[in-house]
Amino acid sequence: MADAALDTLKEATAVDNQARVPTVVVDDVHIVYKVHGAGSGKGSATSALSRIITRKKSPTIREVHAVRGISFTAYKGEAVGLIGSNGSGKSTMLAAIAGLLPTERGAIYTNGQPSLLGVNAALMNDLTGERNVVLGCLAMGMSPAQVRERYQNIVDFSGINEKGDFISLPMRTYSSGMGARLRFSIAAAKTHDVLLIDEALATGDQGFQQRSKARINELRKEAGTVFLVSHDNNAIREVCERTIWIEHGEMIMDGHTDEVVRRYEKGDRP
Amino acid sequence: MSTLSDPVNLSAPRGSDAGLTPKQLADKYGLSVSGKRPSLPQYIRQLWARRSFIGAFATARLVAQYTTAKLGQLWQVLTPLLNCAVFYLVFGVIMKSRDGVPVYIAWLCIGVFVFQFSQSAIQAGTRSVSDNLGLIRALHFPRASLPIAFTVIQLQQLLISMVVLVAIVLANDIMPAMTWFLIIPALLLQSMFNTGLAMVMARIGAKTSDISQLMPFLLRTWMYVSGVMYSVSGYIQSWPTVWQTVYSWNPATVYMDLMRYAFMPDSFDPHKYPGGYDAQGHALPKALILPDHIWIMAGTWALVAFVLGFVFFWKAEEEYGRG
Repeated sequence: MADAALDTLKEATAVDNQARVPTVVVDDVHIVYKVHGAGSGKGSATSALSRIITRKKSPTIREVHAVRGISFTAYKGEAVGLIGSNGSGKSTMLAAIAGLLPTERGAIYTNGQPSLLGVNAALMNDLTGERNVVLGCLAMGMSPAQVRERYQNIVDFSGINEKGDFISLPMRTYSSGMGARLRFSIAAAKTHDVLLIDEALATGDQGFQQRSKARINELRKEAGTVFLVSHDNNAIREVCERTIWIEHGEMIMDGHTDEVVRRYEKGDRP
Repeated sequence: MSTLSDPVNLSAPRGSDAGLTPKQLADKYGLSVSGKRPSLPQYIRQLWARRSFIGAFATARLVAQYTTAKLGQLWQVLTPLLNCAVFYLVFGVIMKSRDGVPVYIAWLCIGVFVFQFSQSAIQAGTRSVSDNLGLIRALHFPRASLPIAFTVIQLQQLLISMVVLVAIVLANDIMPAMTWFLIIPALLLQSMFNTGLAMVMARIGAKTSDISQLMPFLLRTWMYVSGVMYSVSGYIQSWPTVWQTVYSWNPATVYMDLMRYAFMPDSFDPHKYPGGYDAQGHALPKALILPDHIWIMAGTWALVAFVLGFVFFWKAEEEYGRG
């Protein structure tokens, strides 16, 4: 037993000494939100007018320092989980990696263009699921021939048609779970260098969650990097071998999932 | 067991990369700053690769527009017809603007359709980014696809109106002529002009949502000064020449005049429509005047608007969907 353990340790160190290819480099990043329409400022027309006349800065703009100096590097083939309580800055971090939020200080370097999958990211609600699949694939840069080829796989993967012909209905008639499933299926149809998943799997049912976990593993094998934000610690345990714990926009821990999630669950901050 | 609980730095570069700073590591493997704007040639290439997306998006939107209406796609024809009917009633019958204009109803309909092409392309362009934030945040594609697609929708709408227009023109005893071929270049130039303007407005509308409240007023002012429902040539004859020249460069007037000439060249013939007054004192139809160098004006507007609009939109590419 001891020998076997030693062997795996040796193997691990051998692999550890190889240079790895980084896909996401986050270098001391600070993110500050400017929130319009916040605070107690009166929103009446007269107060807006007097503000314009007196040239005073709108009191309704407040700054929220959401991420404070986070640094890490993710490598090819890694699946990284992000955990932390609500409002800790996980989703902000993902949006910044996707390039949707400017950094106040520091820089984020990525390999190619990361794709962000969020729960609220609606596609085109007044169009049918069918159109959404085709348009989504075309928007990601596939050719019409490729779309025709993959269309059936995407629909089957989403499982939208399991309970009848729902794919030909407008997307606004879908439940939130169905919408999230279809969006994930569309985005996962393409090989991404970096895929960012923000709670998008939580709304799917059991069967879909199994399929999506399998698909995430495939994407990792195709030399991609997957980031997963979730409050479902079991999902993190199953998908990610590395986890980053964020609290108040600061990194608490970065390490192997077992270790980090165990201490997160106990509330045991290092 | 002790190895597992040892703090392992999973971020640190290993092997030959050990000791590199994050910046050096990113440079070594050619990583780029996330969300960085591509260069202009790269951007054009990306956009060209999305041409089928633009076409499919426009068609899907056009079809979806009337899905909740009972009469469905019939509205694509009914809307322009009703528009013309309203303008004819107000300006043709009540205000008698038709006096002095040869074949007023055809003249009016061409003006309404051509102006509406520009008007709705600009209006749709203003909202094209702000109304599609979900799509922008979910998928990565060159954002200029959106204002371009919305202009294509308006072009498709105009082509449907054109069918109605041909029927109206034929019903008014205007026979097809060789000049009808000029419709194609005129439409192309106007489409370029509209796309450029839509891209400019898309960037402004993405930053300042107030502008979409203001646009209807600006566009309506533009419509009334452009001579869509009544001929402006009579009003500006007394103006200083400088102002007449400035006025003749109004792009809306330029594109309307081109289309009117293409459809009904006879109306520009002074022998056929000499003007003057009849026994009751009503003005008789007077031939329309096609300004000199009108094709140069139309081409200049198209090129300037398209190039400036494209560059202006591209300059803020990384900012759409942020916030």
